[in-house]
Amino acid sequence: MRFTTLLKNPADWMQGHGPHSEIVMTSRIRLARNLRGWSFPGWSSERQRVELLKEVRPVVAGLPEMKEGFNEEYIGLSKTKKQVLVERHLVSREHAARSTGCAVLIDRRQSLAIMVNEEDHLRMQGIRAGLDLRMAHELINRVDSELENTLPYAFDQRLGYLTACPTNVGTGMRASVMLHLPALVLTDQIKQVMNAVSKIGLAVRGLYGEGTEALGNLFQVSNQHTLGETEMELISRIEGVAEHIVQAETHAREKLVHEGPTMLHDQVGRAYATLRFAHLLNSKEALNHLSLLRLGADMDLVQECDRSLLDMMLLAIQPAHLQLAAERDLSPEERDARRAEITRQMLKSVPEPLNVTQGNAGSSATPPESDDE
Amino acid sequence: MKCDSCDQEASVFLTQIVDGKMTQVNLCDKCSKEKGVTDPTGFQLADFLLGTAAQKKSKAIAKEDDSLACPECGFTRAHLKKIGRMGCPECYHTFADDLDNMLRAMHKGTRHVGKVPGKQSPANITINVKRRINELKEAIDLAVEEERYEDAARLRDEMREVETASK
Repeated sequence: MRFTTLLKNPADWMQGHGPHSEIVMTSRIRLARNLRGWSFPGWSSERQRVELLKEVRPVVAGLPEMKEGFNEEYIGLSKTKKQVLVERHLVSREHAARSTGCAVLIDRRQSLAIMVNEEDHLRMQGIRAGLDLRMAHELINRVDSELENTLPYAFDQRLGYLTACPTNVGTGMRASVMLHLPALVLTDQIKQVMNAVSKIGLAVRGLYGEGTEALGNLFQVSNQHTLGETEMELISRIEGVAEHIVQAETHAREKLVHEGPTMLHDQVGRAYATLRFAHLLNSKEALNHLSLLRLGADMDLVQECDRSLLDMMLLAIQPAHLQLAAERDLSPEERDARRAEITRQMLKSVPEPLNVTQGNAGSSATPPESDDE
Repeated sequence: MKCDSCDQEASVFLTQIVDGKMTQVNLCDKCSKEKGVTDPTGFQLADFLLGTAAQKKSKAIAKEDDSLACPECGFTRAHLKKIGRMGCPECYHTFADDLDNMLRAMHKGTRHVGKVPGKQSPANITINVKRRINELKEAIDLAVEEERYEDAARLRDEMREVETASK
């Protein structure tokens, strides 16, 4: 599959409507695997990495899942193209920064991505829409089992799968869910929730993983430990926590409708207006408005604005996607202009948000009720 | 008084009980800093003491030596301390002693309980079996030497089991 085809076809997880998909955007399982007898990529020479790639790439490409998939070595990919893959969550930022000896293989449905020579020899992930870690695990676990028939994995009876960093040793698994939590942010409850999450041994991160900001009210929750628990125990725990957070977000949304309908409508209306009429939009502003527009769509305040349109917009406005479309590097100012152009265009088909008296005549007339008891 | 490490005038005097014996160490200012004596976490102090007071415990010194290198890839303990990552899978054996505390701090447990490759490649199995059998042989020799014959018999049975299982 060519790069352009990859871009044109939206990923499976963008189309799907998994469980709780109004709040949980994606569920991902990442496995780290290494080959016995080879130094880890961070400690090996360029020649060794090239050799390992030669050995591993045909095996991965030969998987039935990878039939007609995307299979590119990094020396053949421009910086912008690699960045596009990062923005689509198909490769990591760390991997995109590398070049010789690195490659990525992606299946046709973009629900499987396998990086060669990241921090570990193999980093493979399965992605699903909504809260569906089990299915994502099933997907990637099958691939893992197929690969282990041919590739001599570095495995130790006591320590499990051996990884470059001891923080990943054991299962080598990182399970993560991407959550969209605008109402918890608007009602100032997000800190509380996230503190609770980190207390039980789970990590909270921003949109693009480790060390990134929580832009657009998007949060990633994942496991920190990989040793001493089974894959299923880890997955169940994260699923349980995610369900709790989904509940908290749902309550917060109800609370917004009952206690601050005008504030809610104001936020959604401003977001719509900015995205629909602005001529300069920086990344952060666009992401935050998109988040509120999504909230409006989820709560039926904005009509004819479905998830896939929002997901497409979310990708199209990112820096590398803009530059790829322009077929050249863009200055930040140029990007801001093009970004606004895209949101103005894409929102033409979406009518203005319903206002309070139209949409919620009943509930706004009655005094706010407390439903928290 | 002269420094035990070089021949400068000693200015730091330490008394410590090592293995039930009182040991005295005299150091000059420079050596005391080098050996990390003033560091309250003082790992290197134990080193130094073991090094001067008990030469025969050379193994213990080697264990704390930063130049300890993985025979497979040449990665050293100094690298591990600096970047917190391993050089190759074999490093997990080379630096097993350092790892235990690290893992305890990072994870829920220190033993893998998750997926095990269902069909391990034959080479892998042979290596593991060979390693286990060698370990058992050593343990049997030691048990015989120390006249723990019951232990030796139990270990011999275990070795036979491993051998038959691998065939």
